[in-house]
Amino acid sequence: MVSTGSTTGSEVTRAEVCAAAIADAFKDDGEIFASPMGMLPMLGVRLAKLTSNPDLVISDGESLFLAGVPPLFAKGDVVEGWIPFRKVFDVVAYGKRHVMMGATQVDRHGNQNISAIGPFDRPTRQLLGSRGAPGNTVNNRTSYWVPKHSSRVFVEQVDTVSGVGPKRAKEAGPAASRYNDIHRIVTNLAVLDVGGPDDTVRLLSVHPGVSVEDVQQATGFELAVDGPVETTREPSSSELVIIREMLDPKSLREREVPS
Amino acid sequence: MKPRDKQLTIDEVVAQIEDGMTVGIGGWSPRRKPMALVRAILRSDLKDLTIVSWCGADVGLLARAGKIRKLVYAFVSLDSIPLEPNFLRARQDGTIPEIVELDEGMFQTGLYAAAQRLPFLPMRAGLGSDVLVNNPQIATVTSPYADPDGVFEELTAVPALRLDVALVHLNRADVHGNATYLGPDPYFDDLFCMAADKAFVSCEQILDTAGLTAGPEPTPVQRLLVSRMMVAGVVETPNGAHFTTCTPDYERDEKFQKHYAAAAADDEAWAAFEERFLSGDEDAYQAAVAAFHSEQEG
Repeated sequence: MVSTGSTTGSEVTRAEVCAAAIADAFKDDGEIFASPMGMLPMLGVRLAKLTSNPDLVISDGESLFLAGVPPLFAKGDVVEGWIPFRKVFDVVAYGKRHVMMGATQVDRHGNQNISAIGPFDRPTRQLLGSRGAPGNTVNNRTSYWVPKHSSRVFVEQVDTVSGVGPKRAKEAGPAASRYNDIHRIVTNLAVLDVGGPDDTVRLLSVHPGVSVEDVQQATGFELAVDGPVETTREPSSSELVIIREMLDPKSLREREVPS
Repeated sequence: MKPRDKQLTIDEVVAQIEDGMTVGIGGWSPRRKPMALVRAILRSDLKDLTIVSWCGADVGLLARAGKIRKLVYAFVSLDSIPLEPNFLRARQDGTIPEIVELDEGMFQTGLYAAAQRLPFLPMRAGLGSDVLVNNPQIATVTSPYADPDGVFEELTAVPALRLDVALVHLNRADVHGNATYLGPDPYFDDLFCMAADKAFVSCEQILDTAGLTAGPEPTPVQRLLVSRMMVAGVVETPNGAHFTTCTPDYERDEKFQKHYAAAAADDEAWAAFEERFLSGDEDAYQAAVAAFHSEQEG
């Protein structure tokens, strides 16, 4: 399955497949603020901006909208706007935003946990806190990036609901479900969404070299599957040039998703 | 006639805080935190505080020192070190009696409500999440207005985050309490001040009022974030946000932050850290930090 599509001649790595899959999650978003949390999401979003969706609005992750598309963690690009934290909250409520967050746990119904493992009153492991996940998931499009797909991450039920899946949003009423839009869950093994029966996590594609069984084995609940599962596409040779030579010449991506 | 001079010392600020008060701490995670004032609270006998902060090491330090009875937060992080070790420890050992974890946008809405003297403001954040399950005191409110489909939406009624005291750190201020931020982001320091009965501004440098905007390189008036009418006291604390950022005066002290995080993981190392950095006053702290750096370089 692994081909050599690159101009530099080496094989396409899993990290590069993930970057293209993340880029695809943003390709139909139009002119909205793409907010990637973490390195691979940042790489994927910038790849999308340079290929499928040049209208994306991107930031330096701090307070500036960038007019250009600099390499990962580079500074000093042309600025096209100001987005301090207070204005991020405005854009969340405005809705023209697609955030890709991390997830310590994701459950069958696409709820996400970044708050605490174990009982909330006395966690066995305190995490970051719910951050903006509750607000993101009822206001703007939200995707998740999971660099290590395992049954520790994909659990039957999350310990704390930070990000709200579609079923819980519907149960909370129209104010919660109206803008709830859990778009994609991209992992090091597969691409998923929440389009399964009863708003459950569904397997859309497996990365080259990964089987459906591999993904199911690494998931703590039964995945919904509609018909034959596709293989996630490999990045094109021009995408590989962008990833390898422009956006991530130091191959930071390989640290997050080792081949 | 000039408006009154509100200059105070660090200890005079802390003397105005009482046991059991609700204290809001400005900045954002490890950015522009009023750390000199936080360190002064560590040295004080204050106890049973309710701390309201989007937080970083401010909360880690106060939690480790047992100062917090109730914590209102949305996340705690040191950024380059994602999880705050002292906060983790406090949560996992159950040493903070009362915990209110909010969505970070709810936190802002709560400050807005307090700043506008409203009991609550509505928003979507919280709906469907465990923020409303773990905080049964937070209610929902039904819109009196039907949407185009005839639905009366039920929204989160974010309660006002009223503060007894707000502590913020700005780049420059005058003695009256007008203050500028010179970095990339105002954060929410004006809201903290307006949500509080008494707000105290620490700053890198006190200038005369004209100096806040005039000078060889004029500062845009939009950088005047805090007005003196919101401020009860001003204190000059050079390097007072250390080890958090105070851009452009200085960036985060990553070396020191690493040292802090490593020390927090171990009781003996923490005792040594406290002895070396937190046992004296602010001048002693700054001297110990300078010594730490010359050691690292030497």
